[in-house]
Amino acid sequence: MADKILNKLYIKVWRQNSPKEKGRFETYEIEDISQGSSFLEMLDILNDKLIRDGKDPIAFDHDCREGICGMCSLYINGRAHGPDREITTCQLHMRKFNEGDTITIEPWRAGSFPVIKDLIVDRTAFEQIQHAGGFVSVNTGGIPDGNAIPIGYDDAEEAMDAASCIGCGACVATCKNSSAMLFVAAKVSQLAKLPQGKVEAKRRARNMVAKMDELGFGGCTNTGACELECPKSISISHIARLNREYLTAKFSE
Amino acid sequence: MSKGSFLSASIGRKFFMSITGLFLITFIIVHMSINLLLIFDDSGDLFNIAANFMATNPLIKVMEPVLALGFLVHIVWSVGITIQNMRARPVGYNKAIQSVNSTWASRNMFILGGLVLVFLGLHLFNFWWKIKIVGDPLLEHITVMQGGIPTEMENAYLLVSTLFKESIVYCLIYIAGGILLGLHVTHGFWSAFQTIGLNNQIWRKRFYVLANIIGWIFAIGFSVIPLYFMIKF
Ligand code: HEM
Ligand code: SF4
Ligand code: FES
Repeated sequence: MADKILNKLYIKVWRQNSPKEKGRFETYEIEDISQGSSFLEMLDILNDKLIRDGKDPIAFDHDCREGICGMCSLYINGRAHGPDREITTCQLHMRKFNEGDTITIEPWRAGSFPVIKDLIVDRTAFEQIQHAGGFVSVNTGGIPDGNAIPIGYDDAEEAMDAASCIGCGACVATCKNSSAMLFVAAKVSQLAKLPQGKVEAKRRARNMVAKMDELGFGGCTNTGACELECPKSISISHIARLNREYLTAKFSE
Repeated sequence: MSKGSFLSASIGRKFFMSITGLFLITFIIVHMSINLLLIFDDSGDLFNIAANFMATNPLIKVMEPVLALGFLVHIVWSVGITIQNMRARPVGYNKAIQSVNSTWASRNMFILGGLVLVFLGLHLFNFWWKIKIVGDPLLEHITVMQGGIPTEMENAYLLVSTLFKESIVYCLIYIAGGILLGLHVTHGFWSAFQTIGLNNQIWRKRFYVLANIIGWIFAIGFSVIPLYFMIKF
């Protein structure tokens, strides 16, 4: 079955030339978009049109376009990654939209994610949090036999679930407090569940939370919004684990 | 332990909120249970005996300042958390649809708590102020038979029941107070366990259900009292 063609759409998008500039919304009309095309393809078509018209194309982040790198962001029609569950923006399709719709596109909004240009925000804060402790620095020696350290199935699964976080920042963008707790919880959990990671668990939780606070992210009030908008469905149970890890670390100081 | 940083760290702050919140919930359970005696004995003896027991019990005397401190910490830290969280997003969204991913109560804890605080002020003025500080003619001492022994005590029942019998407005305010507190707790109870870290995939659903049950017990438990006086008298 051929995909339906959307004859006309209105794209209301945030334009901002530089981090310092104030920024504003612009609305563009776009015609003949197939519902089978992806959301980013629609933006490519719009940018092509803008360039042909001699205008500045809209800057937006993207890389893999298959939901694994976490680069694409965008707050679309009031929701991180748009109106669908468990997807990144590159996995969003135009069949989620209807003829004549006005689609509002905004960058992630958080003081810790400043806008670089248009829809691109600076997410190096996440890297800084990772650098504060999201690693294993114990000497692991040569390549060990994978079976030499037995890890229970449930622990391995939970660690894998946490490790599926792609660092996209949708959790921060969605959270009413711009809290990075889901991201930090995932990065702490993926190691806390494994024997190699347990060794430095306390230092990790303490330092990563301190860095998160220092960078100006908000605190968690357990609304649970992050989990529902996370493309990888990272569970807020990991936040409970992070709280546990952090509190144990602090009380044993 | 580096105390300074824990007191102001995001999780540290939340830790104090959760401990004080759970403490306030235990207080509310006791308070509501005693208040419910108001509607089970129109002579007022049952309520007066319980109120007198609470007023004279040494354990409760010790707990009074602790309770005040609990409120204070909960409120002061809630302001700190709320300010930090508002600062974290200097530029807001033009369009944000949050109803699809979170409950209304969870997003409005500061507003709900703030309204509970306003109610609390009025409530303290209505009763605590009169009973403990300035006195009131309605409180005149009466003698109640307690376990066969005649005991003299203040007629707190008369003070409370008169307020509800004479003013529909107060009845409505007290009903609203109960509902606001209940809503606060529907999120607060489960949130507290999550904050302390006592939560996982299995317990999460249970805490959710429990929080709703406790929240609604508070809302209904406190509202039936003014409702009872509105309807019966
Ligand atoms: C009897 C009265 C109250 C009870 C039983 C109560 C209970 C709770 C509980 C159990 C929590 C959850 C703590 C956590 O998640 O760590 C909470 C959170 C909170 N409360 Fe209260 N509270 C009361 C009064 C107040 C007042 C008077 C205020 C403000 C003026 C307030 C503001 C807040 C705020 C801002 C939160 C944090 C929201 C969140 O983390 O989700 N509360 N409360
Ligand atoms: S937790 Fe989910 S929403 Fe947050 S950065 Fe990781 S993948 Fe993205
Ligand atoms: S572009 Fe890689 S996840 Fe969307």
